[in-house]
Amino acid sequence: MILTRRRGITAIVLWLIFLLACAGIISRTHFTTDLSAFLPRAPTPEQQLLMDQLSDGLASRLILVGIEGADAPTRAKLSRQIAQRLRADRTFVSVNNGEPVNTERDRIFLFDHRYLLSPAVTPERFSVDGLHAALSDSIDLLASPTGLLVKSLLPRDPTGEMVQLLEQLDSGTQPKLVEGAWASRDGTRALMLMQTRAAGSDTDAQQLAMAAIRQAFDQAPGATPSAQLVMTGPGVFSVTSRDTIKRQVTRLSIISLVLIAALLLIVYRSFSALALGLLPVISGVLAGIAAVSLGFGAVHGITLGFGTALIGEAVDYSIYLFVQSEQNSADHQNWIKRFWPTIRLGVLTSIAGFASLLLSGFPGLAQLGLYAMAGLVAAATVTRFVLPSLLPANFRIHDVSGIGLTLSRVVHRAAALRWPAAIVLLAACAIVVDNRASLWNDTIASLSPVSQADVELDTRLRADMGAPDVRYLVVVSGASQESVLRAAERVSALLQTQVEQGELAGFESPSRYLPSTATQRARQASLPPRPLLETRLAQAVQGLPVRAQRFTPFLADATAARSQRLLQASDLQQTSMAMAVDALLIQKQGQWRALLPLTAPEGVSINADTIRAALSAMPDVLLVDMKAESDRLYSGYLHEAIVLSLGGLVAIIVLLLVVFRSPMRVLRIIAPLAAAVMTVTAGLSLFGQQMIILHLVGLLLVVAVGSNYALFFDRPDPRTPILPRTLASMLFANLTTVAGFGLLAFSDVSLLQAMGVTVAPGVILALIYSAIFARRADACPSNV
Amino acid sequence: MARFTRPHFRRCALVWLALLVSPIVQAAPLSIAQLMAGLAKHPQDAATFTEKKFISILDQPVESSGELLFVAPARLEKRTLKPKPETLVLDGDILTFERGQRKHVLQLKDYPEVAGMIESIRATLAGDLQALERVYQLTLDGSHERWTLVLTPLDPKVGAVIARIRMEGVKDTVRSVEILQADGDRSLMTIEKRALPQ
Repeated sequence: MILTRRRGITAIVLWLIFLLACAGIISRTHFTTDLSAFLPRAPTPEQQLLMDQLSDGLASRLILVGIEGADAPTRAKLSRQIAQRLRADRTFVSVNNGEPVNTERDRIFLFDHRYLLSPAVTPERFSVDGLHAALSDSIDLLASPTGLLVKSLLPRDPTGEMVQLLEQLDSGTQPKLVEGAWASRDGTRALMLMQTRAAGSDTDAQQLAMAAIRQAFDQAPGATPSAQLVMTGPGVFSVTSRDTIKRQVTRLSIISLVLIAALLLIVYRSFSALALGLLPVISGVLAGIAAVSLGFGAVHGITLGFGTALIGEAVDYSIYLFVQSEQNSADHQNWIKRFWPTIRLGVLTSIAGFASLLLSGFPGLAQLGLYAMAGLVAAATVTRFVLPSLLPANFRIHDVSGIGLTLSRVVHRAAALRWPAAIVLLAACAIVVDNRASLWNDTIASLSPVSQADVELDTRLRADMGAPDVRYLVVVSGASQESVLRAAERVSALLQTQVEQGELAGFESPSRYLPSTATQRARQASLPPRPLLETRLAQAVQGLPVRAQRFTPFLADATAARSQRLLQASDLQQTSMAMAVDALLIQKQGQWRALLPLTAPEGVSINADTIRAALSAMPDVLLVDMKAESDRLYSGYLHEAIVLSLGGLVAIIVLLLVVFRSPMRVLRIIAPLAAAVMTVTAGLSLFGQQMIILHLVGLLLVVAVGSNYALFFDRPDPRTPILPRTLASMLFANLTTVAGFGLLAFSDVSLLQAMGVTVAPGVILALIYSAIFARRADACPSNV
Repeated sequence: MARFTRPHFRRCALVWLALLVSPIVQAAPLSIAQLMAGLAKHPQDAATFTEKKFISILDQPVESSGELLFVAPARLEKRTLKPKPETLVLDGDILTFERGQRKHVLQLKDYPEVAGMIESIRATLAGDLQALERVYQLTLDGSHERWTLVLTPLDPKVGAVIARIRMEGVKDTVRSVEILQADGDRSLMTIEKRALPQ
């Protein structure tokens, strides 16, 4: 007895140290809700690109802003006021609303570098014939309504290089202007496009950027209550989903804790029992978070949400202890002897199931696996080694034998339901087989915690804005900036052919703003020396209504351009072209990459095979379909998870075989669990819910939780009836699990909802099937 | 001027009487309001135009020609066929400009210089006095048979580009539009009325 007590004290001390350590780790833990949990641990080059783009690519840094309500002049005024304020804010690299802000600077830059930038600059263009053709084009242009704008340029730029550049830069997809600010096509919304300095994956920075926009809107002199601000973009999505997850996890934890506490209070009728019963839960949660934090360096919000639900399972162990033991302390030791082996086996079964998830290349899934394992082990261990020592000598809970006896009678008759249950099961199998093709949803969008309404807003604003849909990217890799720019120029030439054939509406390239040194040199070399140019010009103007003397400024500019310093990336600073080059020309770990986003023709999608074929001759050039790539990534995870779960199932079977050495017994334990899994799957399919990876985690949990029930119902000798107290404990444990997970079913975060709708009905079914298919007790339970 | 109120009719009768007795009938002054009302009678106009631009850096004027189509109240199409096909469509406040593969859509009020030029023609064709008076100071000379309307920009932004616009017309039709630019260049567009495509 003294030995037991001393052991108890040691256990308590170790436990307290453990809790402190966990708390210490958690206090330093970084919590995330971004996409990091969904990105692979060992990416392929395409996946790496996808990850980079998702985390800090140009698209990830865009925030689309809409101003709705009020009238058009008010919206435009607000747009200008917000833009004016935010342009001074270093949070944003650029704030566009259609106002000609950089226009003047851009114009000067383009004009000063026109002979280095214009793709029309070739030796032929500066031959007599070329000059003649270019001059007559320019004169034709003078006759047109735009002539007014080019007239003043003609003496310096008779070949129209500036017009070339402007036309090339003006993609024609900009939104229309209403009252001097961008507006949606239907004119009901003012539009703005901002680029943040911080990466899209930096959720805190994105949140600050959103707050700055909100503040600029609220404090704008033209603010009226009738105008509303809407925002969208990848960064906005991560901020709102973090908020949603945080809010839901907090709310669900509180509600489920209250619900479970209420339930336990009804059963125990003792506050101290309730408090003691929650100790293993708290230990489990802390251990889970700490383990994930140590293992992964950060804890994802979804993992925490999962942890909430796991409260419902971790509390089971203390329920088993309190309800199954007799009403005195000696019996707690007795409980340890009689029931602990069964519970230990249940825990081991759960671990065998969840361990398989650790192997997943999907870090989110591996986190859940680790959390579940650490949490369950901690909760069970605390229940076994710490809790009995903490119970006061006179500890007792409300007598539940009445409920137990009723349950015994019910269970005794449950066997009558074998045939109906078999029919239900058969029907479930038929449904699952019938719908096997549509059982799983393997698009990555199914994982997104972003609400449907937000996705629709995003689609609308994007369509209004003509925002770059960065689905297709041509990626050029190389060892130096020069080599990727040269390759990008060759790719551009190939893509231009595709544009002319109507396969593409257009494309972007960093080489457009920053041509390779070789190209710049070639363009310089295309310009003849002054005396030669002068002679050619004199011949070229013959037959045209203009005299060569007019173009003396052109001779001077062309001569200067021949020895002009070549353009560097730094020369683009302060122009709106800098943003494009920053986004499209990337250096990472000594590797250079040029990105060429493609724009699909209106109403048509890009035929990736055609483009790929056109680019096939180029080495180190890759056409990446971002959407297909991310879907492929996810469906890879899903299939891997299915295989791993099956592996987990095999591990559970092997474990049970090793312990029981009886295939029949193992079959009896596995059968109700398999039946529950099958029925839930069929139910989801019936209700039209396609399964995502989190449903699979849910099914694993059904097996983990259900294995306890199946083990309790399993007896080597069918003549020993199940104790009424055991039955009562299983019912309470089941109810708490349902309360914990059932709440998740009402979450709007699809990941949490998926787990809820799987686990709650699954554990109920597991209990019922275990009761129905348990070996019949020959003795009447009421006699015990 | 479809319907006359009685006092109006009486006044007109008096004018006729005066015309009969006066030897200087042709010099009867035409009011801007009368001219505009006359122009406004044509809800649709189709015409061909020839435009000559006299540009200082060019030794000879450049010439272009094409079709004009006006549909009241706010649509004006200028389709240039020579020397290069291009289309300019002003509908309400939206200006669409197409040349070759390029298509530009602009909001008129964001380009006051261009707007001034185009609006002068559209508002005159529409007989929209208010629209004209918003941008220009108007001076009318001549008679209903042959009139000259001179538009001088009020907005200095427009004035920086356009010195004045001079339109000549016969009865309810505009025959020529001459735009004198601030830098001394000018363009002259002559308009031939064409039978309306029915």
